[in-house]
Amino acid sequence: MSTITTDPHAHGDHHEEHHHSPPAGLKRWLYTTNHKDIGTLYLLFALTMFFIGGAMAMVIRAELFQPGLQLVQADFFNQMTTVHGLIMVFGAVMPAFTGLANWLIPMMVGAPDMALPRMNNWSFWILPFAFSILLASLFMEGGGPGFGWTFYAPLSTKYSGDSTALFVFSVHIMGISSIMGAINVIVTIFNLRAPGMTWMKMPLFVWTWLITAFLLIAVMPVLAGTVTMVLTDKYFGTSFFDAAGGGDPVLFQHIFWFFGHPEVYIMILPAFGIVSSIVPTFARKPLFGYASMVYATSSIALLSFLVWAHHMFTTGMPVFAELFFMYCTMLIAVPTGVKVFNWVATMWRGAMTFEVPMMFALAFIVLFTIGGLSGLMLAITPADFQYHDTYFVVAHFHYVLVTGAIFSIIAAAYYWLPKWTGHMYDESLGQWHFWCSLISVNMLFFPMHFVGLAGMPRRIPDYALQFADFNAFISIGGFAFGLSQLIFVWVLVKCIRGGEKATNQVWEGAEGLEWELSSPPPYHSFTTPPHVK
Amino acid sequence: MSNAYEKYYVPEQSPWPFVGAVALFLIAFGAGHLVNEVTRDKEGYGSYLLIAGVAILIFMLVGWFRNVIDESMTGLYSKQMDRSFRQGMSWFIFSEVMFFFAFFGALFYARLIAMPWLDGASNNAMTAEILWPEFVAHWPMIKTPGGTETTAMPWQGLPLYNTIILLTSSVTLQFAHTAMEQNKRGQLKLMLLLTVLLGATFLTLQGYEYVHAYQDLGLKLDSGIYGNTFFLLTGFHGMHVTLGAIFLLVIFLRILLKNHFTAHHHFAFQAAAWYWHFVDVVWLCLFVFVYVL
Repeated sequence: MSTITTDPHAHGDHHEEHHHSPPAGLKRWLYTTNHKDIGTLYLLFALTMFFIGGAMAMVIRAELFQPGLQLVQADFFNQMTTVHGLIMVFGAVMPAFTGLANWLIPMMVGAPDMALPRMNNWSFWILPFAFSILLASLFMEGGGPGFGWTFYAPLSTKYSGDSTALFVFSVHIMGISSIMGAINVIVTIFNLRAPGMTWMKMPLFVWTWLITAFLLIAVMPVLAGTVTMVLTDKYFGTSFFDAAGGGDPVLFQHIFWFFGHPEVYIMILPAFGIVSSIVPTFARKPLFGYASMVYATSSIALLSFLVWAHHMFTTGMPVFAELFFMYCTMLIAVPTGVKVFNWVATMWRGAMTFEVPMMFALAFIVLFTIGGLSGLMLAITPADFQYHDTYFVVAHFHYVLVTGAIFSIIAAAYYWLPKWTGHMYDESLGQWHFWCSLISVNMLFFPMHFVGLAGMPRRIPDYALQFADFNAFISIGGFAFGLSQLIFVWVLVKCIRGGEKATNQVWEGAEGLEWELSSPPPYHSFTTPPHVK
Repeated sequence: MSNAYEKYYVPEQSPWPFVGAVALFLIAFGAGHLVNEVTRDKEGYGSYLLIAGVAILIFMLVGWFRNVIDESMTGLYSKQMDRSFRQGMSWFIFSEVMFFFAFFGALFYARLIAMPWLDGASNNAMTAEILWPEFVAHWPMIKTPGGTETTAMPWQGLPLYNTIILLTSSVTLQFAHTAMEQNKRGQLKLMLLLTVLLGATFLTLQGYEYVHAYQDLGLKLDSGIYGNTFFLLTGFHGMHVTLGAIFLLVIFLRILLKNHFTAHHHFAFQAAAWYWHFVDVVWLCLFVFVYVL
């Protein structure tokens, strides 16, 4: 293996090398300390979870295809909405971003690997176990958790089944995994940047992940505290969330959303970084307003600690608090607007081409903005009283999470896949994947705005007759979106197995350290640091 | 980034993380079943899984740390690696701070918001009137709205002694650190041993206090929000003191038996010390907000 550096005069390149190539067999994956192997594991795990959680969404949409109860019991429907949410948040989106971080951050900052490689492997391998516990609980007597992914007390304390303990401990493990992963990312960025890579030269994906990692370390322990209180309330007679013992069910919502709101930015900030990498490449122009992007990301992260109670406007709070949280929430539109403006300005007069990653990134910009705007509507306290717990909310967060987070992850996969595998993916299949996804996802989520405004409540397996046509249409969109993702798997398998050889730079306009390595890159990216000019 | 960038050490493949994952799985799965079995008086296998998980975890920790110590002693770690460890430990402690923050948050919310509301403050006059007209807002909440009664734990006596003991242990640990840096090995051993003993004394007294609370004061985990916050905050703190004391004990044994660490190269010692000081600061907050105020 030859050492790749951007500086031919880099000192000491041909040292005694321990790792010329990865060891063969299952042990490679179980015992690995390699950031690329671990990144691949994370990404494959996230994809698997995406399909398991997606299958649950299919059950939900099949039941809602017609009014009345056809396919499943109401209890099971509740378990599906709950576990769908948990899997998509903790099993699909977050591990996918962590996988991307593992693959890309060491290459982008010019490091040989993550800072703490063994801990890195630990943070991955506890995840499949955590989700086996969660999924296994579905088969218990009495069923799995059915109190919504937000597990509001007293639903999760007084009125929940025996599976609650398993739910609590599996969430603990997911939290441990996220915290260790975040510590690794943060230390890698602080400590392993190549000489010359100053803070304001870091790629935006690295910046957004640095801030995400900080959010993770700050709020995942709070989630651990919340589930612990749920556990003791349910099993050991405490009354944190029980007014008779001096506690308050509203306390649950405060603690949960103190975690939960930063959590939604954990799921979108890396997406901003991905789009900020892709748009300049295909516009063949440097990113417009790099510094303002960094400041916007940081201010979104700071504001995320001050807006949690906008999830609880109808729960009841003093008017002053409602207004405070309303205004803080609306403030977030400012840095977000800066970002959208910068992406559009980057494309202004660019020499644009529209390969699949760019298409997904463009769809992200438009559709995420729609999700952001419905978020602004929800932020208006008096208006929220009408929208709360309707399908309007479901439409809102699926626009930001599916056409936002998931689309950015898919865009990232297409964008870096040639770098990872050394092969170009099938462009026309990719375009099919994009257009099928784009049309079906809007069939799926756009009409939810209308049924929501008309008053259809979320998380209920049945609905009033006037919503029947809309729901049938939504369900068809849902099935089509689910099927479209099979094209993605096809593209992935094809690309991993072979295809046109990718160049080092892959994309004509791509810039950054990762594009200076070979495609696929050497097992350990940089054994001596490149010098960044 | 001004200093020379040394060659980075990427460790060989290691089975320990995967073993650790299996251990955590058994712990979580076992605990999940055990909780149901204990609270419902059922027979089951939860406890066996949990014990197996803990055993494997200990086995894993010993094996993993042995690897790391060997690598460290053979000088494979650069200064940069040392910085990675330090930064990793600092962020870990920050995550612990946030864990305690959740419970302190619950305490403050219950005390400053929920309790007055239950007594009719703000716009809740009718809530109090209709639901629990007898309830009077008073902290420590010795009588809950539902009518459970208990006694408050006074801060004089045992808790005060414990505060002094733990604060002293932080001072002795600081002396140990200074001794380490000045290469006074005898003083180092003495001060470190003293720290561990003070920690053990603290834990013993804390155990005694729990017995006293349950038997004499009727203060229990389920005695309403006062008992809840009291036992969860002091309980989690006690668990952290236990871990910190074990950590320090291992460091002490490494110094005593293997003569590990030098004046300039002692990350593990430093990490244990940071952890201990953190646990100490948490106790100070506990003493003020749980016991005194």
